[in-house]
Amino acid sequence: MKPVAFEYCRPDTLEEVMELLTEFGGDASIISGGVSLGAMLNMRLVRPKALIDINHVLELGNVEFDDATAITGALVRQAAAQKMTSLMSGVPLLAMSLPWVGHYQTKSRGTLGGSVAHADPSAEIPLTLVTLGGSVTLRSPSGVREVAARDFFHGLLTTDRRPDELITALNWPLRRASTAYAFEEIAQRHGDFAITAVAAEATVAIDGTLANVSFGLGGVEDHPIVADTAEFIGRPATRDTAKEIAEVVADIVDPMVDLQANADYRRQLVRVLGSRVLSSAFNEASAVREAA
Amino acid sequence: MLRIKPDQKQRVTLTVNGKLVSGYAQPRLLLTDFLRHEMGMYGTHVGCEHGVCGACTIIIDDVATRSCLRYAVQCDGLELRTVEGLAEPDGKLNTLQKAFNENGALQCGFCTAGILMSATKFLQDNPKPDRDEIKEMLSGHICRCTGYEQIVRAIFQASGQ
Ligand code: FES
Ligand code: FES
Repeated sequence: MKPVAFEYCRPDTLEEVMELLTEFGGDASIISGGVSLGAMLNMRLVRPKALIDINHVLELGNVEFDDATAITGALVRQAAAQKMTSLMSGVPLLAMSLPWVGHYQTKSRGTLGGSVAHADPSAEIPLTLVTLGGSVTLRSPSGVREVAARDFFHGLLTTDRRPDELITALNWPLRRASTAYAFEEIAQRHGDFAITAVAAEATVAIDGTLANVSFGLGGVEDHPIVADTAEFIGRPATRDTAKEIAEVVADIVDPMVDLQANADYRRQLVRVLGSRVLSSAFNEASAVREAA
Repeated sequence: MLRIKPDQKQRVTLTVNGKLVSGYAQPRLLLTDFLRHEMGMYGTHVGCEHGVCGACTIIIDDVATRSCLRYAVQCDGLELRTVEGLAEPDGKLNTLQKAFNENGALQCGFCTAGILMSATKFLQDNPKPDRDEIKEMLSGHICRCTGYEQIVRAIFQASGQ
């Protein structure tokens, strides 16, 4: 339960991080809050030659907004994000999912970017980013690229990040008109990783039909996914439609099996929690639509 | 940029409960082990060493957090509060500790140091919490003895409600 010996590097600027990534590449681990990585290090599931501590790279702690996006720097802590009213009202699904993340004592230190980098299949922050169609900004010594969240997560603790890249920011689409959101999960204890988590974004058209639906699932497959709901666009935004979507999706997913739950149980959670979040989002979006 | 070689012993100076202390640490030394083995402060306990049990929770720069997920070299210059700093200067238990005592909120005491530190910071942020808020905060700790109810009661009592 003690990590391997590693070199400790604490850069003060992004340029210095890039120098270190050039030097060490995949032999380095990047640490922000350390809530996930600390555990991996102490259990020697990762054995880096160098630990790059980005906590002193202050520019990574910023939150910025443009017309359609909230941009959170890699170092934004989960507890701090939750207290930031502009971010929480701008990205309602994040406001709904953050209360499910971790505990008082881990959120104070854990970052949004760290959770995305770690890529636990049942983590709430990656699921939220995927459901909203957000993206991840990565920087390497050779340049900057932006990857859609839906392409970023490849599998269990595996992402599109290359060994010489640093996640610098997450890009969260802002609340859209006539759109509503919902989030729910089942975990063994509140704050633990979800057995299954579901998230929904729904936009309702003037005639009360669905203009857009995004139905995200965490803890079901080995990375967070968005179900294909194209056939339901144009259908009435009702509880029956919600139930039907959840049922169809529950039948086509390929759930993980672990000590916490078998595949049938996870399918059942997709059905029950899924129809709940979808109908809540449909209701809410219809109400917003009428008020507009 | 600071760089410390794997086998290099770096001097780490920090403020613990208002006192300036210092010792030496290789990069891989956990802050918990630094406190216990370098500083001889055994009040902070170690359970799981991977962030799950909460026994090692202390207050670092005014944030209640896991000391097993921190390396000592990361904490140079920081300000720590540990369970050793809770009692009054004359050694009397403080309000929170007294409430734990009176409510039977500990048995073996293994989890207690961490819970006291979480609760200290939590009550500072939220001086009049309701029972559900206390329970939510407590979800970051594991106690194998009490069944938690007495701990909830003690924290509630310490908040003066
Ligand atoms: S020892 Fe740190 S959380 Fe268990
Ligand atoms: S008092 Fe024994 S573990 Fe909590």
